[in-house]
Amino acid sequence: MTITVTHYLLISALLLGFGLYCVLTRRSAVAVLMGIELILNAANVNLVAFSRFTVGDIDGQLFALFGILLAAAEAAVALAIVLAVYRSISSVDVDDTSSMKG
Amino acid sequence: MQVQVIGAIVFWALAILTVAGAALVAFSRNIVHSAFGLLAAFFGVAGLFVFLSADFVGMVQLLVYVGGVVVLFLFAVMLTGRIEQVEISNLSRGPLPALAVLIGTVAVLAVVAFQTPWGPSGDMAAEPTTAAIGNALLSQYLLPFEIASVLLVAALIGSVLLASRRKEDELEDQATAEATDQPGDPPAAGPGGEP
Repeated sequence: MTITVTHYLLISALLLGFGLYCVLTRRSAVAVLMGIELILNAANVNLVAFSRFTVGDIDGQLFALFGILLAAAEAAVALAIVLAVYRSISSVDVDDTSSMKG
Repeated sequence: MQVQVIGAIVFWALAILTVAGAALVAFSRNIVHSAFGLLAAFFGVAGLFVFLSADFVGMVQLLVYVGGVVVLFLFAVMLTGRIEQVEISNLSRGPLPALAVLIGTVAVLAVVAFQTPWGPSGDMAAEPTTAAIGNALLSQYLLPFEIASVLLVAALIGSVLLASRRKEDELEDQATAEATDQPGDPPAAGPGGEP
């Protein structure tokens, strides 16, 4: 059997679904960020798969590269924020971080 | 024929690795296991990129995600979590509605993926893409490229500022440390200590 764009779309849909589940259920902010990374990866898989199968040029790969870059920057800043929050309230539970100051 | 069979086997192995890793991230009760599931998922996605003849993107995925982001996550887990208490390290809340969202999303996307006629597959030759990506980055995508570098510098400085300890906190910590040290001092130079 040949591998078509549909296979990649299914993998990407599963990645998105698990990422969404992670974001919706996890109480630790670090685990929520893991879910966000999964969602961003799903988007990248889609971009590269479409660039390979339906368009046939390189633009999708460039978009995926920029996506990887944004995800890395986002992870660094978000984890730094999580560390700062942990220092100030000694918890990374997203339910506990309900005040803007402090 | 032989090549196609081997290719299919490799593809399915990568697909299972990716999906199983993502499932581990979503369902594991231990957050360290979640981090390693993330590692597996990133690795599988990098393999899928290579399989899609996007070799450069696959390598970047390996370098940035497997080499960087996962290590960052592991550091965050070690620094923040009470990881020795395995049972509570990765609590979940409200799994049923989230499960419904998961199934609904995947079902809708699967129906779309199966029913849409995606048209003829524009076949890209399996050749190295690095040169083409470099040319595109320095011509058509020059402005996003420069903006991306500015963004990276901003993210770097921002995360260092956010994660570094503030001066007042350090002074406070020193004060509390000294305050707790003083009662502890006499026993150290205790009665039996000196001849």
